[in-house]
Amino acid sequence: MIFKKFNIENKKARDLIPQAITVLALLSVIVYFATNAQINMGNRGISFGFGFLNQEASFDITFSMIEYDGSHSYGRAFLVGLLNTILVSVIGIFFATIMGVIVGVSRLSDNYLIAKVAEWYVEIFRNIPLILQIFFWYFAALRALPLPENGISFYDISFLTIKGWYVPKFIWTNFNIFLLSIIAAFIAIYFINSYATKQREQFGKQIPTLIISFLTLILIPLITFLFLGVSLTFEYPVLKQLSPTVFTYAGGVSIIPELIALALALSMYTATFIAENVRAGILGVGKGQKEAAASIGLNKNQILKLVVMPQALRIIIPPTTNQYLNLTKNSSLAAAIAYPDIVLVFAGTALMQTGRAIEIISITMLTYLTLSISISIFMNWYNKKMAIKEK
Amino acid sequence: MNLIAKPSKENIKTYVPIGLSLVSLSILDVFVNAFFNFNLMAFLPSALSYFLPLILGFTGFYLIRIEFSGARSLDILNKNINSNNFNALLTLFTIFIIIKSIPPMLDWFILDANFVGNSKDDCTGDGACWVFIKVWFNRFMYGLYPDAEQWRINTAFLILFAVVGASFFVSEKLKKYFILFLVFVFPFLGIKLISGGSFGLEYVESAAWGGLSLTFIISAFAILFCFPIGVILALGRRSSLPAIKYISIGFIELWRGVPLITVLFMSAVMFPMFLPDGTFIDKLIRVLIAITLFEAAYMAEVVRGGLQALPKGQYEAAKSLGMGYWRMNALIILPQALKLVIPGIANTLLALVKDTPLIFVVGLMELAGMIGLAKTNPKWLGMAMEGYVFAGLVFWVICYAMSRYSQNLEKKLSTER
Repeated sequence: MIFKKFNIENKKARDLIPQAITVLALLSVIVYFATNAQINMGNRGISFGFGFLNQEASFDITFSMIEYDGSHSYGRAFLVGLLNTILVSVIGIFFATIMGVIVGVSRLSDNYLIAKVAEWYVEIFRNIPLILQIFFWYFAALRALPLPENGISFYDISFLTIKGWYVPKFIWTNFNIFLLSIIAAFIAIYFINSYATKQREQFGKQIPTLIISFLTLILIPLITFLFLGVSLTFEYPVLKQLSPTVFTYAGGVSIIPELIALALALSMYTATFIAENVRAGILGVGKGQKEAAASIGLNKNQILKLVVMPQALRIIIPPTTNQYLNLTKNSSLAAAIAYPDIVLVFAGTALMQTGRAIEIISITMLTYLTLSISISIFMNWYNKKMAIKEK
Repeated sequence: MNLIAKPSKENIKTYVPIGLSLVSLSILDVFVNAFFNFNLMAFLPSALSYFLPLILGFTGFYLIRIEFSGARSLDILNKNINSNNFNALLTLFTIFIIIKSIPPMLDWFILDANFVGNSKDDCTGDGACWVFIKVWFNRFMYGLYPDAEQWRINTAFLILFAVVGASFFVSEKLKKYFILFLVFVFPFLGIKLISGGSFGLEYVESAAWGGLSLTFIISAFAILFCFPIGVILALGRRSSLPAIKYISIGFIELWRGVPLITVLFMSAVMFPMFLPDGTFIDKLIRVLIAITLFEAAYMAEVVRGGLQALPKGQYEAAKSLGMGYWRMNALIILPQALKLVIPGIANTLLALVKDTPLIFVVGLMELAGMIGLAKTNPKWLGMAMEGYVFAGLVFWVICYAMSRYSQNLEKKLSTER
C-alpha cells in the first residue's frame, strides 16, 4: 500500500529512492575501500600523508629543464616530470597542428595525387596504435642513426646521432628585457588590432593589420638588441673524444632520442585526427557562403579570411582542443621508452622508492585531471565566445 | 614569337605530343635512376642533371595544359593533376618521391629479405629478417601459453568465428538466439576453455596468456562490458535526478581526465591496497575492469551526443503513449540515438583495440609486448624493425577492417533516403 502511494502521489519521494540508493551504494564502496586501505597501510607500517614530498629523492633523472640532482626532494622530482610532460606536449601540439592543417587541406586538394597521398597518410597512421609507433621510432628508426663520431651534420652546427640530437645552445644576456619586449609587442599588437577594427567598422577603412603586427613583433625586440644591451650568442656542440673508441659532443644542448621519438610519434598520430577535423571544418562551410561573399565583391583572400575561416574555425577548434588534450594524456606513454615524464619519474621511480601508492597515484591522476579540466574550461569559454550570436 | 605561344586548341597537335613525351622522359629518368641506379642524363653537368627531370616534367605539364581541348582523357588529366603551375609541381614531386621510395622499400621487404632458416645467422641479406617473425610466430599469437594446449585458444576463436559467420546467413529469428549466445553464453564458455581447470583441461594461469589472442580476448570482453555501462552512464548523465546526474558526471569526467596508463598503474599498485588483506584478484581481471571503466566513460559521452541530438518530440511522443522511463529509452530513444552515433561508437571501440598494448605496464604481454620480449632475447638482438613493422601491419589490418565495417554499417542502417 505504502509503495503505491509513493509511486502515484508523491513524485518527490519517488525520485528520492533511486538517488538515495545510488548515494548509499557509492558511500559504502568508498567507506569499504577506505577502511581496507587504512588496515593495509597499518599492517605495512606506513601512514597516509604528503610529508615524503620534502624528503631527498636520491635518484637521477636523465633529462631535466630545471636544475635537479639526487639531492633534491621528491617534490622537485615531480616538478621535473611535470615540466617534461608539458615540454613534449607543447612540441607535439605544435607539430601536430602544422602537419594536421597541411594534411587536412591536402585531402581537399583538387590534385588527385596529393589528395590520395594525404588520405593514405591518415588511414595508415590513424590505424596503428600510438604505442607501436613510439616503439617503432625509438627502437627501430632512431637506433639506425650513426654513432657520434660520424653523426649526420647540419652545416656543422647541429648533429644527429644515435645518442640524440645536438643543437646549439642559446646564451642570452639580459633575457628578461627581451622577454618584456615581446610581451610589450603583443600588447601593442592588441591595441593596433582593436584600433583597426574600430576604424573599419566606423569609417570602412582597411588597415593592413597583419603586416603592421608582424613588423611590431620584429621591431620592438630588435630595439632591445640595438639599444638595451640584449645579446644572443650560440654555443655550438663540438665532438669530444672520451676514450679511444667513445665519442660524445660537448657544449650545445642535447635533445635525447626518447624526446624525439615521443614527439615524432605523438605529432604524426595526432596530426591524422586534426587533419580530419580541418577537413570537416572546411567542408562544413556551405558553398553558398563563398558564392555570397564573391557576389558582394570580396576577393579570394578576403573570402578566405573574412567568410570561410571564421566559420570553419568554429567547427574545427572544439574537436581539435580535444585532440590536444588527448595528445597531452597520450604523452604518458613516455613511460614505455623511459622518457622522464611525470608518470615515469613520479608514478614509476618515486613510487618504487617510497611505496606510497595511494598518495602518488592520486597526485599523478589529479595533475592530469587539473590539466584536462582547465583545458575544457578554456574550450567552453572559447565556444561561447565564438558561437553565432543569434538575435 | 609565335614559337612559344600559349598552349591552346590551335596548337594542340604539336604541343600535346611534345609535352607528353617530356613528362614521360622526366618520369623515366627518375625511374631508371631509382630502380637501376643508372643516370640517363649523366652527360650533363651534375647540377643540371639533378634538376632536369623537374624542369622537363614542368615544361611538359605546361605544354599539355589546354583548357577545353576536346580530348576527354587530356581534360581529365589536366583537371585532376595539372590544373595550374603549382599543382603540376606538386604532382611531379609526389610522383618522384613515390618512385624514389619504392626500390628501398621493395629491397627491405622482399628482395634483400630472408625468409628461410630458423636462427638469426640465416639472415644474411641487408633487408628484413622475416625468419624472426617465422620462428617467434607461435609466441606472437599465443604468448607463453603452453604449445600443447594452444588448440584450446584456436577452438574458442573458431567457435566465435563460426557463430559470427553463421549468424550472417540464418533467418532473423534465429539470429536473435545467435546473438544472445554470443553475448551471454560464449564469453564464459570461451574463458573456461582457455583458462581450463575443469572438464579434464589443464589449468593455464592468465600470466601465461599473451600475444595477439590476448589482444582479442581483452578487446572482446572490454567491448562487451563497456557498451552497456556506457549507455547507463549516458542515461545517468541526462537524468533529472540530481544525485544520479552528478555522480555520473563525476564518474565520466574522472576517467576521461586521466590517461589510461595511470589507470592501469592504479589497478596494478593502488587497487590491491583497497581490498582486504589477502584478497587476490587476478591481474588480467583487474586490467579488464580498468580498461572497461575507462572506455565506458568515453562510450558514455558518445551515446550522450546521440541522446542530445534526438528531437524532444520523440521523448514526448513516447511519454504520451504511456511508456515509462525504461520502456521509452529501450524502445524509442536508444535505437535512434545509437544509430546516430555509430561512427563515434566505432571510433571508441577502435581506440579500445589500439589501447590494449598498454597492458604491458602491468606485465601482461600481448602482441607488442611479446615483440618487446623477443627483441631483447640475446639470440635475436636487433630485430626491432621487423617486429614492430609486423605488429603495426597486424594492428593496421584489424583497425582498418573495423573502420571499414563501421562505415558500411552506418550506410546500411541509415534511414535517410
